[in-house]
Amino acid sequence: MSVKSKSIQNKSKDERLRKVSNLKVLLNRPELGALGGSVLVFIFFGIVAGDTGMFSAYGTINFLEVSANLGIIAIAAALLMIGGEFDLSVGSMIGFAGICIAIPAIYWGWPLWSSILFAFSMAVLVGYANGILVVRTGLPSFIVTLAMLFILRGATLALTRLITGRTQVPGLRVLIENDPIAWIFSADAFKGVFTWLGSLGLIALRQDGTPLATGIPASVLWWVGMTIFATWLLMKTRYGNWIFASGGDKLGARNVGVPVGRVKISLFIGTAVAATIYACVQVLDAGSADTMRGFLKELEAIVAAVVGGCLLTGGYGSAIGAAFGALIFGTVSMGIYYTDVDTDWFKVFLGAMMLIAVIFNNFIRRRVTENK
Amino acid sequence: MRKIYLTLVAFLSWMAMSVASFAIDVIVVSHGQANDPFWSVAKNGVDSACKDMKIKCKYTAPGTFDMVEMAKLIDNAVSQKPKGIVITLPDAAALGKSVKAAIAAGIPVVSMNSGSDDFAKLGISAHVGQTEFEAGVGGGQKMKAAGGKKALCVNHEVGNVALDRRCAGFKKGFGGPVEILGTSNDPTEIQKAVAAKLGGVDTILTLGAGLSGEAALKAIKSAGKTGSIKLGTFDMSPGMLKAAAAGEVEFLIDQQQYLQGYLPIAIFAQYMRWGTMPAGVVMTGPGFVTPQNASKVIKWAAQGYR
Repeated sequence: MSVKSKSIQNKSKDERLRKVSNLKVLLNRPELGALGGSVLVFIFFGIVAGDTGMFSAYGTINFLEVSANLGIIAIAAALLMIGGEFDLSVGSMIGFAGICIAIPAIYWGWPLWSSILFAFSMAVLVGYANGILVVRTGLPSFIVTLAMLFILRGATLALTRLITGRTQVPGLRVLIENDPIAWIFSADAFKGVFTWLGSLGLIALRQDGTPLATGIPASVLWWVGMTIFATWLLMKTRYGNWIFASGGDKLGARNVGVPVGRVKISLFIGTAVAATIYACVQVLDAGSADTMRGFLKELEAIVAAVVGGCLLTGGYGSAIGAAFGALIFGTVSMGIYYTDVDTDWFKVFLGAMMLIAVIFNNFIRRRVTENK
Repeated sequence: MRKIYLTLVAFLSWMAMSVASFAIDVIVVSHGQANDPFWSVAKNGVDSACKDMKIKCKYTAPGTFDMVEMAKLIDNAVSQKPKGIVITLPDAAALGKSVKAAIAAGIPVVSMNSGSDDFAKLGISAHVGQTEFEAGVGGGQKMKAAGGKKALCVNHEVGNVALDRRCAGFKKGFGGPVEILGTSNDPTEIQKAVAAKLGGVDTILTLGAGLSGEAALKAIKSAGKTGSIKLGTFDMSPGMLKAAAAGEVEFLIDQQQYLQGYLPIAIFAQYMRWGTMPAGVVMTGPGFVTPQNASKVIKWAAQGYR
């Protein structure tokens, strides 16, 4: 992909280069379908739930936060999928990282910042273990990380019960105040703007006059920031080219000197670290950690990446697409509760909406590529 | 190809029309997963109360036992501005922020089922349920009286503090050694896990009837140890009631979850009419169903009301 974008930047007139308009390039991007899918989802809920409070400030923040949490892991999962591998241990890693933050902070008296750093170093270890196992053994990453899914979930439960005798670790909220780095994961941004909008009567207020939606949650900023960073990484750096090459044709990539093993290991570390960012946001927001956190999130991350245009076979996809995939998933899964559907039908509805979004996504992509 | 897309558009617009929403009076946010027969009865309680009181309600629950997702569902409920919210409270730390936001927005909250120890701290005015620890103690004492020496407590919802308390209460009432067995909520896995533990115990308490109770009963039966291992369970299910009537189960601790669905709706119906609101815990249990009274309860359980 980035070869093509470079050819556009090259202004010198060279008759060997086919001229491609900027619009065409835009339309050929893998994330276009997901963008279209998002628009479709918003139109749908705009019609059926437009007047229910779903799109009030509080409701919007709510579904954005769900999308953002998923987006954080979906972007890392997308990079890994482009690199040709899966990581099914993401969900378990979220639970494990949460416990790695909570137990040292509550039971061993560590300052919160040091237990957060501890969780990130554990994530690097787990990611490295996943990566080295896949690269060295040559086994499918599907199997290796599935094993890691069970190991981490089991270790989370066993260690938590061993150390605390229970399955939840509450009491983190008091530690967040005055901590030098906890705000990175928990602070609301643009509080002043929300208070101002509240004072103008534009958004809903609590009975004490403060706005119900207090600000943009940190997870949303992480989501946006990670999308920008991952897109830059993929499109503008040599490492990005290596990722596409490793996933597209491993042997060919190795023959032209791409360090395929190292690229894959670093991508596995990336998904584990993203899971830990997710865990930080969640643990510091909820003020507690428990052993079941992140259950089934690995599948949601893969769904978001695929809706966002990643191929299951690797070598193709985008981070922006994964971010929109997460937006579709988050909006649909929260939006259903605003409709009049009996929640017994929730999963049928969720599945149908996902299917429609993917088919629509595919339809747009095909239409565009046919018109070349 | 075109036909498929046309069908899709038609389906989408049909869906849009059929799910268009109306103003909601009461939203129930429960942690109960739909595959648990226990929650199906509680939901029947909600449904019949809403029909009886002629108010419009909605029952919601996260897809898995996920407290953070449940907190988001409470936030969702708040932004729909209902006249009341009913919640379960399995983890006060994780749900506290959302509950407080609901109350701050001027929406009254009633909790049910889990959370009898925490609801008052969050500013929830009433709780409908059974106090977990005391119910566990009651079960432990009954097992001790029946001659149990060494017990197993099967927890199928690891991460739910209320269930941790049941096991802790059981341990206190029982007096002897109690091993706690954490399992998934998959019946086959529970059965295998219990079967593996049968050698070392003479007493088993399960924390849910339809799921873990029936699985444990199967494990005991297939090992041929019916009668020599005493089985008791929290909650009820048609299968466990039949077993109790046949004398294969020592007792069922009945928290009458139908009422836990029904009463909060009834409370809000009166609140909407006259502004009345009970204070503190409205107890729905514990009651014990034993081989003596089981047959009476069976009829209603089969219909999904007990």
